[in-house]
Amino acid sequence: MWSNLPLFPPAASKMAHQVDYLYFFLVGTTAFFTILIVAMVCFFAWRYRRKKNPVATQIEGSMALEMTWTLIPTAIAMFIFAWGAALYFAETRPPRNAMEVYAVGKQWMWKFQHQEGQREINVLHVPVDRDVRMIMTSQDVIHSFFVPAFRIKADVLPGRYTSTWFHATVPGTYHLFCSQYCGTQHSGMVGEVVVMEPAAYQQWAASGSDGSLASEGEKAFMQYGCSMCHRADYQGRGPNLVGLFGKPVLLDDGRTVIADESYLRESIIYPGAKIASGFKNIMPNFQGQISEEELISLVAYIKGLGTGQSNPPATMAEPTAVYPVGPQPEKSQATPSGK
Amino acid sequence: MHASQTAAHELRHHFADMDQQRDTASFGMWIFLVTEIMFFGGLFLSYMLYRFLYPTAFLEGSRHMNIRLGALNTAVLICSSLTMVLAVRCVKINQRKLTVIFLLITMLLGLAFMGVKAIEYHEHWVAREVPGPAFQFEGTDPRHTQIFFSLYFAMTGLHALHMIIGCGLVLFLMINAWRGAYNSEYYNPVEIGGLYWHFVDIVWIWLFPLLYLISHQHVGGGF
Amino acid sequence: MATAVQPVEQTNYLNADYGIKSWLLTTDHKRIAMLYLISISVFFWIGGLFAMLVRLELLTPAGDLMQADTYNKAFTMHGITMVFFFLIPSVPAVLGNFLVPLMIGAKDLAFPRINLLSWYIYVVAGCLWLYTIITGGVDTGWTFYTPLSTAFSNTHVITGALSVFIAGFSSIFTGLNFIVTIHCMRAPGMTWQRLPLFLWSNYAAAVIMVLGTPVLAITLLLVALERAFNIGVFNPALGGDPLLFQHLFWFYSHPAVYIMILPGMGVVSEIVACFSRKRVFGYNAVALASIGIAVLGFLVWAHHMFVAGISLYAALVFSLLSFFVAIPSAIKVFNWTATMYKGSIRFDTPMLYALGFIGLFTIGGLTGLFLACLGVDVHVHDTYFIIAHFHYIMVGGMVMAYMGGLHFWWPKISGKLYPEAWAKLSAMFVFFGFNLTFFPQFVLGYMGMPRRYQSYPPEFQVLNVLSTAGASVLAVGYVLPMIYFLWSLRYGQNAPPNPWNAAGLEWKAASPPPTFNFEVTPVVTWEAYNYDELDKLQEVPIAR
Repeated sequence: MWSNLPLFPPAASKMAHQVDYLYFFLVGTTAFFTILIVAMVCFFAWRYRRKKNPVATQIEGSMALEMTWTLIPTAIAMFIFAWGAALYFAETRPPRNAMEVYAVGKQWMWKFQHQEGQREINVLHVPVDRDVRMIMTSQDVIHSFFVPAFRIKADVLPGRYTSTWFHATVPGTYHLFCSQYCGTQHSGMVGEVVVMEPAAYQQWAASGSDGSLASEGEKAFMQYGCSMCHRADYQGRGPNLVGLFGKPVLLDDGRTVIADESYLRESIIYPGAKIASGFKNIMPNFQGQISEEELISLVAYIKGLGTGQSNPPATMAEPTAVYPVGPQPEKSQATPSGK
Repeated sequence: MHASQTAAHELRHHFADMDQQRDTASFGMWIFLVTEIMFFGGLFLSYMLYRFLYPTAFLEGSRHMNIRLGALNTAVLICSSLTMVLAVRCVKINQRKLTVIFLLITMLLGLAFMGVKAIEYHEHWVAREVPGPAFQFEGTDPRHTQIFFSLYFAMTGLHALHMIIGCGLVLFLMINAWRGAYNSEYYNPVEIGGLYWHFVDIVWIWLFPLLYLISHQHVGGGF
Repeated sequence: MATAVQPVEQTNYLNADYGIKSWLLTTDHKRIAMLYLISISVFFWIGGLFAMLVRLELLTPAGDLMQADTYNKAFTMHGITMVFFFLIPSVPAVLGNFLVPLMIGAKDLAFPRINLLSWYIYVVAGCLWLYTIITGGVDTGWTFYTPLSTAFSNTHVITGALSVFIAGFSSIFTGLNFIVTIHCMRAPGMTWQRLPLFLWSNYAAAVIMVLGTPVLAITLLLVALERAFNIGVFNPALGGDPLLFQHLFWFYSHPAVYIMILPGMGVVSEIVACFSRKRVFGYNAVALASIGIAVLGFLVWAHHMFVAGISLYAALVFSLLSFFVAIPSAIKVFNWTATMYKGSIRFDTPMLYALGFIGLFTIGGLTGLFLACLGVDVHVHDTYFIIAHFHYIMVGGMVMAYMGGLHFWWPKISGKLYPEAWAKLSAMFVFFGFNLTFFPQFVLGYMGMPRRYQSYPPEFQVLNVLSTAGASVLAVGYVLPMIYFLWSLRYGQNAPPNPWNAAGLEWKAASPPPTFNFEVTPVVTWEAYNYDELDKLQEVPIAR
């Protein structure tokens, strides 16, 4: 128990050291002011104890002192705020071309899906010296993805995607904790992040996968009949999804939203919530029929449309599964969704 | 009835004089109404958020409100506020009988409001618009329309609860007024009772347009 | 004893009437304060018991003392009991109820019957809470986050939420009473600028109680309705938004922490002034700072949600405001320190608690800066760092202020003197035990130990053991006062009206005061904290 008493977490990411510097500054400031106050209190307590100073001197106050000890702490606070805000900007804005890993949190485990197709439970393999962006959702309650060694944390919410990113700098194995209380086995919802050298990671990535996440999504896209309405070769009953990801979408009530991962997910399982302008509300609602993992593969597939990472739907044959489409509308005079 | 006798009888022991007692009671009622604003405020905030995010769902839900009954209730409450004000006026000029009559009408109008509300709730129940396992709604976005109805029942339900308390309060004032407890020297309880009643009325003035008037069209009962 | 001890047979609020009915139907603010003292003490021990369970489990890395569900219930019920049934009422309902009318020269609060009603509401809430505990408890955490609380927990969430809902009204009525009393019933000559700072602090806390608590009430009501009728306002599976719950919850629960700390700060002002024999340095600044804390406190709630999924820009705004809210507290600490400068200081037990408060609150408050700071909060949020931070403020600050206040006003409340030596010893136990319990938790938090964990990686064990050891020392420090306060009621020395020669109208009444406080309403012609005059009146201040 005593032999290995760490008092500080390992620093294994690019952000970790920066966070630590700010932390040390805060510790220093706290220590300084605490010692200052405690020292003054102790000194006054001794110097002005009743035996030594039987009569007190009444002092009303001092505007100069009030201003001093208001303005100086305010200035220090603003400095800390600015520094922290700068770090937070960096922490919440993943760099472009970060490698994406999807995560689903559920009571009480973590499920990871890599772009290359591997799936993991509670253990996350990542390469060192790469930007990694986590795109996460929960199947049930709110969880939180916390890797102390990277100094990152992000809550994982049901019904939408949240994300965080990191750039691991030191190979090794690090704790992964769920840090948002989620029920009985909250303290059991722990895992590991394994940071590997690039070569070792390539080897690991190449083994044990049936195909990339996007290709799984492509299969699901066909299986659920999406390609019947969402075409790229002609205007189908649904909007063309090629190049959609990340663009603004005009809705039928006049609002404009950005087609991010959460939008794509919501549109699959609850299409009525946001209807693209010019289209009818005829998309079947897949709530309860598609698991979060399949949703992730679909999202990954759609994200890749137009970027060359996914095959466009136009090249697909007939859908492989039959499913209820609903009443057949007349050919719609649709204008394409806002691009 | 000797005014000074009643006044001395009513002075609570910890107040210096009737003026202080009256000012304190009025101030207390105003602070209480501020807490009520905050209490309803949470619901109004939730409403604003969901309406902003899902305007179509709210529009469709609002179309199913019975606007005739809603407008009737608005008129009923406004009239009840009028009679309440008249009651306060009458007590200030020592018109005991009229005070009691106006308080009675106020209470009856309040009860009428509750009756109309009960009819509306029943209509919603029959139309399967009450949130919960029995909820069924044909619309673009039934999930969020259910939230509209949840907020509708929460807000009007909370309002109705305050109405019930208000009716009880007015009944209490009415009985006291009948017994001659209030006169031109001492009418503060009627005044602050009136404050409470007007507040409940004003909450309804906010609820009615937000819940009933989102859309020009209404299913069933329209104008 | 320099002054003559008053005759024991004198009628005071304690012996004015006998029998259980005279207590349960009282409208005397002092008796109601005592009713509150008994009830919140009961909940303090219940909350403490749950804390003990938690700390015992955390002695070992594995979850081996109790089942996971039991542990989750333990920390949940510790939190709810302590926050809603002990901390929120503590100083206002006990010391505030007792002292507010006395300090302004009034015979009672503005609405004595509403005061009694607020106690009954508290008792009903407390009974429902006890019922909840006995029938199996709640395991959602004191924060009731959705959809865990509304759709996934299998425990008595509805009765738990409703008991807190009901307790909220007790708080609202107390706050309403204080605001109206302080506005409308001050004795002639008692201007706002002559008010003791205890009243400024309680006034500011009362404003928060009145404005914030109703929002918690409606939020918990919605949680109960959602759970009962499955309606989905906060449940994403039904179209709702779990973040809405968090916003609504924290809109109250952040200002709530200022409800808890402001009255304690008021106590510290009174004690530091008395035991330095000096007017509080910068009276205006301290008074204004109280109001500033109350106002700013309403603007910072989302700093509990920096990693919850709020937008970057919202995070920036709330971080900035959270730094601002720290400033008035810092101003107070500096002013208290300056009050000691050229004072004439004695170290009776109340002063020991007040000095402890200053040191520990400084640490607790400064660690708040770590949390307001976005870059660091991402790492330490939901870890033991947070737990250490708020316990430094709540226990190292608030509970110490409460203990200090109880000791300071005990002669006034009970007419008896507590035994000083035992009291000083207890204060030492509390100070030492407290630091040993919670300082290691700062380290644990930065290392990454999440909060609400029953089991943890083995490298965290040493610090956890230290923490549990500290908790047992701390417990001793709380048990002793309970024993000697009760002992003093029977065997303690009788107290003179003003054993500390303190300033303040409450010290002009007898110890204990008669039911109606003052025979004749005082007319105030002197400034607050007129210690120079008081000390001139007798050559040397009274020593005990």
